[in-house]
Amino acid sequence: MITYPQQRTCPYHPASGYEELRDGTPLRKIRLVNGQEAWVVSGHDQARALLADPRVSADRTNAGFPMIVPPAVKAVHTSPNRPFIVRDDPEHNRVRRMLISEFTIRRLREMRPDIEQVVHDTIDTMLAAGPPTDLVTAFSLPVPSLVISRLLGVPYADHEFFEKATSDILRGRTPEVSVKATQDLIGYMTALAQDPPPGLIARLKADHVDTGAMTTDDLAFTALLLLGAGHETTASMITLSVITLLEHPEQLAAFRADPGTVPASVEELLRYLTIVESILRVAVDDIAIADVVIKAGEGIVIASSLVNRAADAFDDPDRFDLGREAAHHVAFGYGVHQCLGQNLARAELHLALPALFDRVPGLRLAAPVDELELRPIMTIQGVDALPVTW
Amino acid sequence: MHVEGDREVCVGAGMCVLTAPDVFDQDDDGIVKVLHEQPDAGEEDVVRQAATLCPSGAVKLLT
Repeated sequence: MITYPQQRTCPYHPASGYEELRDGTPLRKIRLVNGQEAWVVSGHDQARALLADPRVSADRTNAGFPMIVPPAVKAVHTSPNRPFIVRDDPEHNRVRRMLISEFTIRRLREMRPDIEQVVHDTIDTMLAAGPPTDLVTAFSLPVPSLVISRLLGVPYADHEFFEKATSDILRGRTPEVSVKATQDLIGYMTALAQDPPPGLIARLKADHVDTGAMTTDDLAFTALLLLGAGHETTASMITLSVITLLEHPEQLAAFRADPGTVPASVEELLRYLTIVESILRVAVDDIAIADVVIKAGEGIVIASSLVNRAADAFDDPDRFDLGREAAHHVAFGYGVHQCLGQNLARAELHLALPALFDRVPGLRLAAPVDELELRPIMTIQGVDALPVTW
Repeated sequence: MHVEGDREVCVGAGMCVLTAPDVFDQDDDGIVKVLHEQPDAGEEDVVRQAATLCPSGAVKLLT
């Protein structure tokens, strides 16, 4: 009996145990690792249709919601102050609209010189310390962590605290560690939200908290979400991109040769790596789709890593091909909840990856890929450490 | 081809601006703004792609 989710055995491929889910059947009801049954969706058209369907809810407090998340995440996502991403419209839209202006293409263009400076300063420090090093702590994590903390107005001096707390919430050694980390980070963000340094949090406070449209608790939870989502995900994408490019030298050569190929290459990396493997939803009305009926109250799990390897959407989907048209991937989701920070993530990847390979031309892995310790299921996929040398 | 941006359903993902920057923009609130409602023949392919990639159905094509 197949179950979901399953542990990856290669950093850049979905679990080999998913083969049965890739026979072209776009969705099927299976038992999840937590014992619940849910519709696991691997078809591209069906995933997009369901993610855009108002009868599909992201609210974790709805009956039947497929809770394949760690306990601390469940606690945050079902709390009365739960962030907007785990709510439905109109509540979700109300908060999202407060944030959109911070992440427009124009704002991102204005941020590029600062991001570029962060990338080069980080590489300077890494080169000065010399090889070998752990790429995660030397590069992948500090770049997005510095960028998001500056954008939000979170003091970077506290980065060790908020990075550790975020990772403990998502992947704590024990539930107690995760619960403690959640309390610590909520406490930190609540204090910060009361008197924030200049930045996005201060702008939200002035525009929405001081006018009564948002409570300080809501602001703290929103800031916690943006901080966590802003560094953990991009860090993982940078690390896994480096592994994948180094393991595909002919693709890396093409990537290095022509800066014009970087944006399309990043879309292929996003598709291929799909670090957020599952998008969780529940039907709040009966939905007829692909010859089945999803009944109200039944869980829906969009298996993004399989959707992004669907043969009817991507030719030869398991082939890593930087030259392909991959922009229709669902690595950032789809529908009204599609990742708010996706263009920040793109800007960071567009700037960080070419600069790293340009300035560290001899970069190579210092450990075989099959010896890397991969992150467990139900968290952002990747590795916690990547030994490299040059 | 005639293109419209539905400002009510737009979620500000920016996919249209990313895909067809000569046809779409975002206003100061980040909501879709159509620069050319009648794209040139040479722009029609990227406008169609922008409509496909728009996550909220805000980019509407009338042909």
